[in-house]
Amino acid sequence: MADIMTTPPAPEPAAAKPSPPGRYARFRDSDLLASFLSSKLTMVSAFISVAMILGALLATWIAPTNPFDPASVDLMNSLYPPRWVEGGDTRFLLGTDNQGRDLWSAILYGMRVSLIIGIVGVIIAATLGIGLGLLAGYLGGRVDALIMRVADIQLTFPAILIALVIDGVVRSVFQGLGREQTAFSVLVISIGLSFWVQYARTIRGSTMVEKNKDYVHAARLMGVPAWLIMIRHVLPNVIGPVLVILTINLALAIITEATLSFLGVGLPPTQPSLGTLIRIGNDFLFSGEWWIVAFPGLTLAIFVLAVNLLGDWLRDALNPKLR
Amino acid sequence: MTEPVLSVRDLCVEFVTRRGVLRALDRVSFDIGKGEVLGVVGESGAGKSVTGSAVIGLIEPPGRIASGEVLLKGERIDNLSPERLRHIRGKRIGMVFQDPLTSLNPLYRVGEQLVQTIRTHLPLNAAQARERAIELLAEVGIPAPERRIDGYPHEFSGGMRQRVVLALALCAEPELVIADEPTTALDVSVQAQIITLLKRICRERGTAVMLITHDMGVIAETADRVAVMYAGRVAEIGPVRDVVSRPFHPYAAGLMGSIPTLETASERLVQIPGSMPRLNAIPVGCAFNPRCPHTYARCVVERPELLGRGERASGSHDGAGAGHAVACHLYDEPGVDAEALVQRDKVAAAATGSAA
Amino acid sequence: MLAFILRRLFQSALVLLCVGVIAFALFRLVGDPVNQIVSIDTPFEQRQQIRKDLGLDDPSIVQFGRYLVKAARFDFGISYQFRQPVSTLIGERMPATLELTFMAALLSLVVGIPMGVYTALRRGSFLSGVFMSVSLIGVSLPTFLIAILLRWIFSVHLGWLPSFGRGQVVNLGWWSTGLLTVSGIKALILPAITLGLFQMTLIMRLVRAEMLEVLRTDYIKFARARGLSDRAIHFGHALKNTLVPVITIAGLQLGSIIAFALITEYVFQWPGMGALFLGAVQNVDIPVMAAYLLLVSFIFVVVNLVVDILYAVVDPRLRANMQAA
Repeated sequence: MADIMTTPPAPEPAAAKPSPPGRYARFRDSDLLASFLSSKLTMVSAFISVAMILGALLATWIAPTNPFDPASVDLMNSLYPPRWVEGGDTRFLLGTDNQGRDLWSAILYGMRVSLIIGIVGVIIAATLGIGLGLLAGYLGGRVDALIMRVADIQLTFPAILIALVIDGVVRSVFQGLGREQTAFSVLVISIGLSFWVQYARTIRGSTMVEKNKDYVHAARLMGVPAWLIMIRHVLPNVIGPVLVILTINLALAIITEATLSFLGVGLPPTQPSLGTLIRIGNDFLFSGEWWIVAFPGLTLAIFVLAVNLLGDWLRDALNPKLR
Repeated sequence: MTEPVLSVRDLCVEFVTRRGVLRALDRVSFDIGKGEVLGVVGESGAGKSVTGSAVIGLIEPPGRIASGEVLLKGERIDNLSPERLRHIRGKRIGMVFQDPLTSLNPLYRVGEQLVQTIRTHLPLNAAQARERAIELLAEVGIPAPERRIDGYPHEFSGGMRQRVVLALALCAEPELVIADEPTTALDVSVQAQIITLLKRICRERGTAVMLITHDMGVIAETADRVAVMYAGRVAEIGPVRDVVSRPFHPYAAGLMGSIPTLETASERLVQIPGSMPRLNAIPVGCAFNPRCPHTYARCVVERPELLGRGERASGSHDGAGAGHAVACHLYDEPGVDAEALVQRDKVAAAATGSAA
Repeated sequence: MLAFILRRLFQSALVLLCVGVIAFALFRLVGDPVNQIVSIDTPFEQRQQIRKDLGLDDPSIVQFGRYLVKAARFDFGISYQFRQPVSTLIGERMPATLELTFMAALLSLVVGIPMGVYTALRRGSFLSGVFMSVSLIGVSLPTFLIAILLRWIFSVHLGWLPSFGRGQVVNLGWWSTGLLTVSGIKALILPAITLGLFQMTLIMRLVRAEMLEVLRTDYIKFARARGLSDRAIHFGHALKNTLVPVITIAGLQLGSIIAFALITEYVFQWPGMGALFLGAVQNVDIPVMAAYLLLVSFIFVVVNLVVDILYAVVDPRLRANMQAA
């Protein structure tokens, strides 16, 4: 082999011969067609998610009554079963709860509460996580070590536990105020502080890769301050995967809120979220009033499943390697 | 000629995909005799590895052998049940893969993997199998084999691991070894050692070897005969000396012209213009026709058969015989001195390489 | 190996110390503990005396040191809510929680791993489809909904299993076990399934993904090319390599099993530590909260240590790294 060097006969094609556009489009279409089943599932879950979000946002107009308004509630109407069940009342599609609230309205309003808390919580978590992740990845050294150690320790504890502790602390700090005033902030802060780690880790990882690239070096040589490099140059290049985490985290945040409310440390019965409604319904399970727990529970389950499916699909779509 | 160890006849392998059926191998035929080394060359995607997998029965779905035959010592093996095929793999046909770093299970000791394979195929007890494993390791040149046998793969260097892989492929004395790019992942200095070892061991045992590589240097050094593959077809097959020095197929000419020799040593290496077609867009007629400098009307409509020079006149063909065969219409074109034409191409290709 | 374990021990101690700081900080954050002990009309002097007795006048660092020393002896102070030593409260409830989490973890491993292997090997089969759909629902449904559903079906409708409590327990020294009586085992079934279901689906999906990954590797292809039997390839070569990452994740999941135990205990009124903690959160019972946190992180740290060592036993490459380090 001394006198004969070797070479691959021809390089791999950098760009294959351009095939006619019609054929390319056909390939795309047939691809879509072939994955019809999975995309059908995705489409259905997208439809359900959008419908539920719209229903929640438009609750004020869709819902027959306002369950948060004590004036519209009449205790005399309590514990009606759904309309189609014997003893049901035509005014109450899904029946009423123990305080005479229309369950259908309560679910719509509850969805809205759950959704808003979930979204705000996830935004707080993402902002915190992205910020800390950028700092850790870009600055490195002690800052990195400190942030990541905190993250490691926090990972030791599941979100729900952290949320409970934060809930306990915040509540005792605001001891003077009632649940009605603090519940929302307590939940949002708990969720925000419980979920930031995943963002921070992801962002840190990609930041560490990006910061050694030429465009960052160039920016640094031009004397752009570090914070500006981080925000304007690094951030846009590392933000991609966050989208997937956001979707999956939204489902998790909503579950966390529901769980906290179910455990009685979330929203009070006067401003029920889905979790609160399930909590109320759980007390009536044994006396036969199944609808109070069933409908909010079903709503929560379907919504979470739909959002999860969307998240899965998004992850696969953005990362073809995972297929 | 005595009965070949391996005989592949008109083998077609297809992959059923969403976009339709892709034909990865299209009527591939060749023989390998006892103790013979057949080199299989071609670009990535030419079907070299698929050929190896098809012979050993490891084409995974959605791939399948669509037609043709694979004969091992005259016995058909392509249609055997998975269980019977399994007894042939490792026992009668050994296989060596490209990357020794990933070919061995990192969680098992080298000895465990050897003993397991030996005992799968040979009626030995654990102690005898271990004995044999040590002998094998010694044979492939692992120093202190009785100690190294209890090492884990990560404790071996790349070259040493490929020796272990070789020992695993040889542990049941197979009649045929398929080596799929056995040196590509190794350091240049180690490549020659492994190739020499493979050649020596197989010569000693009379094992037939199918050596798959895109490295013409390795082929020229090692192989007795060589098959040039292009787009899932055999373009040319013949004794290695003939094919290298006097290739018949225009593609092979380009390929051989791209081997830098001392005379034509140059900075730049020759490339054949264009690239191999994708499997979903293989042209009608001769697959090489878009890149071929001598395309005739016939080349774009009719696929050329793999025929030896003598067979062309007589009209008979068994394609893969011991002679030098080519699949090219040039040789049937009246009034064309195809051989001279292709030779000129080869020299020209080499010259452009050195001139540039 | 010893150096590795020592280093891990040091790291674990560090984690515990951090959690200790947090637990201690809880006390400081929530205002004057004296208020929790005395009544509103206790005179100022008496309050000062109590403050002094409790050592609340000392610098923070001294108090922290004292807290740690006490915590190391499992002395976590007196519960505000129950006026009892926290260690007694936790000691009474720990067996219930540990039995529940252990059964749930066992269930999730014993069912989850075979299901994962099956779905990886028999891709596209009907049963795999069923498993995958069930797992998707299992991952998506919140634990408390699963608990409610199971209770509704098996307790309310069918009346097969008790809907709350631990059944009859037998005391073995200080350990009270429900595993020795029929009613105890019956009472354990629904909570254990509730708690184990999520982990089970998680482990199943993890095993499946890892197994598929491993089956694509070169060494599996090479094992096939050597003619090894499917059995040897799937359950020897592939499964062993699959289990390496699974061990790690399963260990990490233990933390969440304990957290979800809290929800399960609440729904089934299971007299465990989680229910105690939940009550403490609702009533701002800081000593109980702090003790629970410390205890959970202690369990977690111990499990992680075991997992690390197990990991090294399975993977020789890691052993080599450890010896080098």
